[in-house]
Amino acid sequence: MTIGAPAGAAQFMALSAVLFSLGLYGALSRKNAVMVLMSLELMANAVNLNLVSLTRFVDPAAMTGQFFAVFSMVVSAAEIGLGLALVLAIYRQKKTVELEAMEELKG
Amino acid sequence: MPETVNGIAFFLLAFATIGGAVMMLSTRNVVHAAFWLLETMLATAGLYLLLDAEFLALVQVLVYAGAVSVLVLFTIMLTLRRREDAVRPFEPGWGGMALAALFGGAMLVAISRAQLPAAKLPEAPPTVADFGRVLFTQWAVPFEIASLVLLVALVGAVWWSGGDRR
Repeated sequence: MTIGAPAGAAQFMALSAVLFSLGLYGALSRKNAVMVLMSLELMANAVNLNLVSLTRFVDPAAMTGQFFAVFSMVVSAAEIGLGLALVLAIYRQKKTVELEAMEELKG
Repeated sequence: MPETVNGIAFFLLAFATIGGAVMMLSTRNVVHAAFWLLETMLATAGLYLLLDAEFLALVQVLVYAGAVSVLVLFTIMLTLRRREDAVRPFEPGWGGMALAALFGGAMLVAISRAQLPAAKLPEAPPTVADFGRVLFTQWAVPFEIASLVLLVALVGAVWWSGGDRR
């Protein structure tokens, strides 16, 4: 595709696939628990973008994807709140947020 | 309502979104990463505006750019004992990079071959008033469940992160 050409559903889906892959890479490779949670937010963001763009280009009058995106935002806000509370609770016990320090269940 | 959106605005916002995500993952300072995440979320709000989803753009700015990034910054502040701890060693994570590249490549191939159903485009995009009307009639029960989920999650978060009193 050329730069500046009118963008349709495929361009938006490609953008959100790239964003999701970046978030996946961050969630798999970072060793700081806060960075992992931030990468999860990046992935949730890519999913929301996909929902909104598909509803815009396929059936804008029904707005189904927009409602799905609102509920997905609720869930990911709850997730980041609980996740960061857990990070704080773990930090209080171990004085670190490194994932390597959390290996009690390692076989 | 046209079949496509403005390509130049899309290109600029997509560049800002992906660039912010790349900078978030490549910077070694955790605080800088939180600010790059904020930039990515703001650019995504711009993309929502481009997609005629004004209400979602507003919610994105309020929830992600406002609440979530403040929460992340507070957690970083509370879990760092020294200023130098914010700067982390370089972590390439080759295995994760290979897996994410494979996944992204597969998704891009699938998207390039995808066939969307025929579009049903109305004359004018639905407004925020239409959005609110449908949200509180057709989607009222999921909406109430979502607010219950948020309430329970926030009570749980306060419980977990509460002080050493118990």
